[in-house]
Amino acid sequence: MTSGQTKNLIFKIVAGMAAASVLAIVAAMAATLYVQSRPALTRFGFVNFLTSTSWNYGQEVFGAARPLFGTFASALLALIVAVPAALGIAVFLTEICPSKLRGVIAAALELLAAIPSIIYGMWGLFILAPALEKFVQPLVGETLGRLPLIGSFFQTKLAGGVNLFTASMILAIMIVPFISGIAREAMAQVPPMLKESSYALGATRWETVRRVVVPYVKTALAGGIVMAMGRALGETMAVAYVIGNRHAPLESIFSPYVTITSVMANEFNEAGGLQLSALFSLAFFLFAANFLALTLAKRLLGGKKWTI
Amino acid sequence: MEDLLEVKNLSFFYGADQALKDVTLPIRKNSITSLIGPSGCGKTTLLRCFNRMHDLYPKNRYAGEILMAGRNILSDGVDVLKLRNAMGMVFQKPTPFPMSVFDNVAYGLRLKSVRNMSALREKVEKALRQAAVWDEVKDRLHRNAAGLSGGQQQRLVIARTLAVEPKVILFDESTSALDPISAKKIEELMAELKKEVTIVAVTHNMQQAARISDYTALMYLGSLVEFDETGVIFTKPKHKMTEDYVTGRFG
Repeated sequence: MTSGQTKNLIFKIVAGMAAASVLAIVAAMAATLYVQSRPALTRFGFVNFLTSTSWNYGQEVFGAARPLFGTFASALLALIVAVPAALGIAVFLTEICPSKLRGVIAAALELLAAIPSIIYGMWGLFILAPALEKFVQPLVGETLGRLPLIGSFFQTKLAGGVNLFTASMILAIMIVPFISGIAREAMAQVPPMLKESSYALGATRWETVRRVVVPYVKTALAGGIVMAMGRALGETMAVAYVIGNRHAPLESIFSPYVTITSVMANEFNEAGGLQLSALFSLAFFLFAANFLALTLAKRLLGGKKWTI
Repeated sequence: MEDLLEVKNLSFFYGADQALKDVTLPIRKNSITSLIGPSGCGKTTLLRCFNRMHDLYPKNRYAGEILMAGRNILSDGVDVLKLRNAMGMVFQKPTPFPMSVFDNVAYGLRLKSVRNMSALREKVEKALRQAAVWDEVKDRLHRNAAGLSGGQQQRLVIARTLAVEPKVILFDESTSALDPISAKKIEELMAELKKEVTIVAVTHNMQQAARISDYTALMYLGSLVEFDETGVIFTKPKHKMTEDYVTGRFG
């Protein structure tokens, strides 16, 4: 072998090992989570653990139902608020905004995405939570709270603004830059000729966006939304600050509640035995949910592009 | 023949750049007028003045007039959406919308608030027949238009344009991305369509201009060099530059 070939071979091996280490770490993490969660899952049974709402330190009985529900409910609520807002931003930036202003708003969005989540948590706890309690809770209580059947779910609960709703709003703010970024990128790919074809038939800007641009980017958009949901599911610090971490029935969206991440952040330090294993089980579910969300998002984002 | 449109002393500016210089020519009703000339001569810019496509982008400015029934369509008071409805446009590449064949053709009708399903069906079928693509798509009306071939897509786009019953159809090199057989079908279709609409076509292909058009305008550097009946332009043009261009000595 010449020295060039030897170098080439060494290079290939080193690069290959670096790539393989990524897979190894992921596998090792999954294995750790599985092994550590075994005691709790065997003790309570998989299905029972998933559906049980108990979280009793004294009697050492734990169930994942509340944290799981809290995690998905807060992520879903965040998406309900964030998706329309992010879409609006993306449409404004690609179709309406003058180019000078566009750079400023895009930079602000990037900045918003770069803020460490603990700062969101602190801001959420000291500013957003009291503000939502003072201004938004009464509004929602007066309107949605009056509805039959589901009204009780929107009753005001005064607890310093620390609740599921505040957590969702923080999450919404955190994922808006993310969704609008993906939506913007997708909308920028829409061929100008396609949009002009719509205008050429007498369509307005709004009609063109709604009937041509959005349908054109809907797969990428769905991918971005699922990816953002993955983020919302796993977001820890900001949520742990503002959700209240209370293991109690969810009476209203303004009740303090738990998510997987809030339970882990708050309880890992003092946990031992079955509780620790239960926390690992929660971590395992979160890992699985995130993996699924990411896979689905990749599939949607990499899906067949529409070409003209 | 009667003039449907009259371009009078038209200039056009992209910001500070003047792309059209004092262009004057008539567009005769129920005829095909070809706009030819080398790249960058302003023929597409002129075409896009007719449906005011330039209004979509900032800093574009018109000067002069395009008269339609005595009225300047470039003036501020004109309803641009209505104008575009009367001036269909077909682009270089087929531009089917991401929806079914039927919804593509119904697009412009729905914008005009035609909601009645039987009326829509009737108009969609009529437009597709007019565009000579009905037989090829009638069994797949509710499938995505992306599944059609390039030539079928382009005829679908023509059908979509015809559905709103325009007075004029603007063709912007609409056969340049198609194979020769598909291009020939579009040319035949244009010859058929001029019975009902007036056609203005930008083309790079001089044989095509000679084959299909009744009138031809040669443009160069934003100015109109010569406008006349196509036969005159290609056989005994008045300008030396026209003769050089159509014989391929320059361009």
